[in-house]
Amino acid sequence: MVQQIFFTYLAVAGITSAVLVVGLRNPVHCGLALLSLLFHIAGFFILLNAEFIAAVQIIIYAGAILVLYLFVLMLLNLKTEERFLHRRYAFWLFFALLAAVQVFWLLLHSPFAGKPGDVTPQKVMQFGDAYAIGMVLFNDYFLPFEIVGVFLLGAIIGAIVLAKDRPPATGNGEASR
Amino acid sequence: MIPLSAYLAVSSVLFVTGLIGVLIRRNFIIILMSVEIMLNAANLNLVAFSSYLDSMTGQIVTLFVIAIAAGEAAVGLAIIIVVFRGKIATNVDQINLLKW
Repeated sequence: MVQQIFFTYLAVAGITSAVLVVGLRNPVHCGLALLSLLFHIAGFFILLNAEFIAAVQIIIYAGAILVLYLFVLMLLNLKTEERFLHRRYAFWLFFALLAAVQVFWLLLHSPFAGKPGDVTPQKVMQFGDAYAIGMVLFNDYFLPFEIVGVFLLGAIIGAIVLAKDRPPATGNGEASR
Repeated sequence: MIPLSAYLAVSSVLFVTGLIGVLIRRNFIIILMSVEIMLNAANLNLVAFSSYLDSMTGQIVTLFVIAIAAGEAAVGLAIIIVVFRGKIATNVDQINLLKW
């Protein structure tokens, strides 16, 4: 019963936050609505016995990524504009609704069953989610883990190279090579 | 016990909301935020399946998705800063050249 109440609250508040991200005019308000959405998704993770993922979600998504977004928003000093939708938004909205119909059609027609694994909720409860993830991550998925490290290094270098202040070039506004 | 389809329904609604945001919004930063909504919907799906199928693989993939979202945000915002420096606009319907 408590689970149902918690789930209903999280679903309503999370979907409301997502709609606000898409619908609000001021970009800073959109960022704050996104923050609310991330926290509610973390609540879903706790409901699903994935407390380590919930902690990672709050620390990395809300703590690092969202702060980066808000930092860039304040750095660029964007104004709230009169027209906040795309110039041909009705055209694109048609395709978005088409895709929505397809997503819900797939949702209604897909079999959800699969072969169950061996990490039952009892085992997760006994040793904790971080232990269960660590055992699988550092045994079966060690190479992808290392590749993600290299990927993050590449992203850091790419971001620095892109955003670095170059000396003024010859052309007019020749910011990118 | 909450059925798996309830989680899938919530995640589908979130995904479609993000998709609509990507397609109809004008501001580049809001478009990136809508992509984050879509990634979060996928994460919710992965963790729900991981919990209901007694397997840890979904949660591992979620960790990778979070790392990739961090990289995407860093590089995407760097591109926005470069574009904003060259031309005072962050609206996608004004940015229609590959180079300026």
